[in-house]
Amino acid sequence: MNADEQKVFEEKIYAFVGQEVYPPTPAPDDVNLPMIRQWAEVIGETNPAYLDPAWAASSKRGKTIAPPAMMYVWGQEGFQVTRGRAPNAQSNLVAMFNDYGFTGVLGTNVKQEYFKEVSPGDNITIQMVIDNISERKTTSRGTGYFFETLSTFTDQNGEVVGTQRFKVLKFIPQELPAAAAADDNALEVPTRIASPRGHDNGWWWEACDEGKVLIQRCKDCQTLRHPPRPMCGQCQSMAWDSIESTLEGEVLSYTALRHPKIPGYPKDPICAVIQLAEGTNIVSNIVDCEYDDVFIGMKLKGKVEQVDDKTMLPQFYPA
Amino acid sequence: MTDYKTLTCAEVSVGDTLEAVDIDITTGLVVCGALATRDFEPVHHSKAEAQATGLPDVFMNILTSQGLMTRYATDWSGPEAFVNSIDLKLGAPNLPGMVMTMTGEVTAVDASTGRVDITVLGENNIWGMHMQGTVQLTLPQEA
Repeated sequence: MNADEQKVFEEKIYAFVGQEVYPPTPAPDDVNLPMIRQWAEVIGETNPAYLDPAWAASSKRGKTIAPPAMMYVWGQEGFQVTRGRAPNAQSNLVAMFNDYGFTGVLGTNVKQEYFKEVSPGDNITIQMVIDNISERKTTSRGTGYFFETLSTFTDQNGEVVGTQRFKVLKFIPQELPAAAAADDNALEVPTRIASPRGHDNGWWWEACDEGKVLIQRCKDCQTLRHPPRPMCGQCQSMAWDSIESTLEGEVLSYTALRHPKIPGYPKDPICAVIQLAEGTNIVSNIVDCEYDDVFIGMKLKGKVEQVDDKTMLPQFYPA
Repeated sequence: MTDYKTLTCAEVSVGDTLEAVDIDITTGLVVCGALATRDFEPVHHSKAEAQATGLPDVFMNILTSQGLMTRYATDWSGPEAFVNSIDLKLGAPNLPGMVMTMTGEVTAVDASTGRVDITVLGENNIWGMHMQGTVQLTLPQEA
């Protein structure tokens, strides 16, 4: 799209601002306890202000109310939307974006404000307009425009009970969506990052898989070394064997990884440099302990444990 | 009758945290949440339609997320709180098999009006942030 084409396109889309998506439309049913109860059961809501008329009668309100988050529910169109929705200003705007390649869609923000509580017997009317459309934006998802609808909810007396602003990004997808690419069981619970197993350290991780922490030992001068490497730092011998650690250790240094949370890892893991009784150091996690209780010199006892579906790791506990 | 306590404005301070709550995202919660909010968009009850959009399964609709966020705030405050607003930013979808952990913190308290802002984060264990935002409540000045 060159600058002139963009100008023509933007004139067309900005003409939608102010257009009505839904003229004022009363909900087919009044606010009612059966729908509230069904909603509350699913959401796990036990608030007596919604569900318990006896409690509500003695409360400050004197009667039950509808959950505020149900405000948009009362006017929903119903099952016929599975067969498509009647065209309106919003669907026409979306179609125009699609025609110009802005086929991506992403709801980004929704804000509901409530001015008045509603109760069973009240009837909610919704009116929705296209309130604003942004200038062209470059986002991490692609180039596009944000448009925002504004819904206004009124009761049977014409009093405004609340509003909703819903912001949607229409954008040019950076890569073509894989058509029906998703398949069953694609949802894998993330695990820790797999250990890098090379020629010089694969043996160490394989022992870890078996529940053992080994320490490499020079066959010539008996010096222990960790992490694994091909040559002794003392005598340059490349001959080595290993001993098994007892996993008794002491904190040399520690920190907690606060941010960001990494998928597959516990929140705020405590990471420490631990000196083992054998003399070498190992970097590992301290578990079963609050960060504030860790100190330099703290005695630890390690265990090799399965920490997720795929990973065995040494973890250290307060001794 | 069960006695329900509602926090008063004086009992709340900036920095107070809400106890974390884990929500198991099941097919039942996604589908029944969509139906309980009368949201019959096929992506919320038909796996085939959801897969056609590139996701592995049906995903939670926004109205259910709003319900869960409000519930989290009012479970903490008690039933006499008035909900002023819920303002949420949408992130990664919630799909069956995930677990969403909700955490919250009081970020503003206005003693003159009783208004309290609670920032809430709903993070699932697979894709991270599902929703984050602010619920504003008005708490009673005195019990």
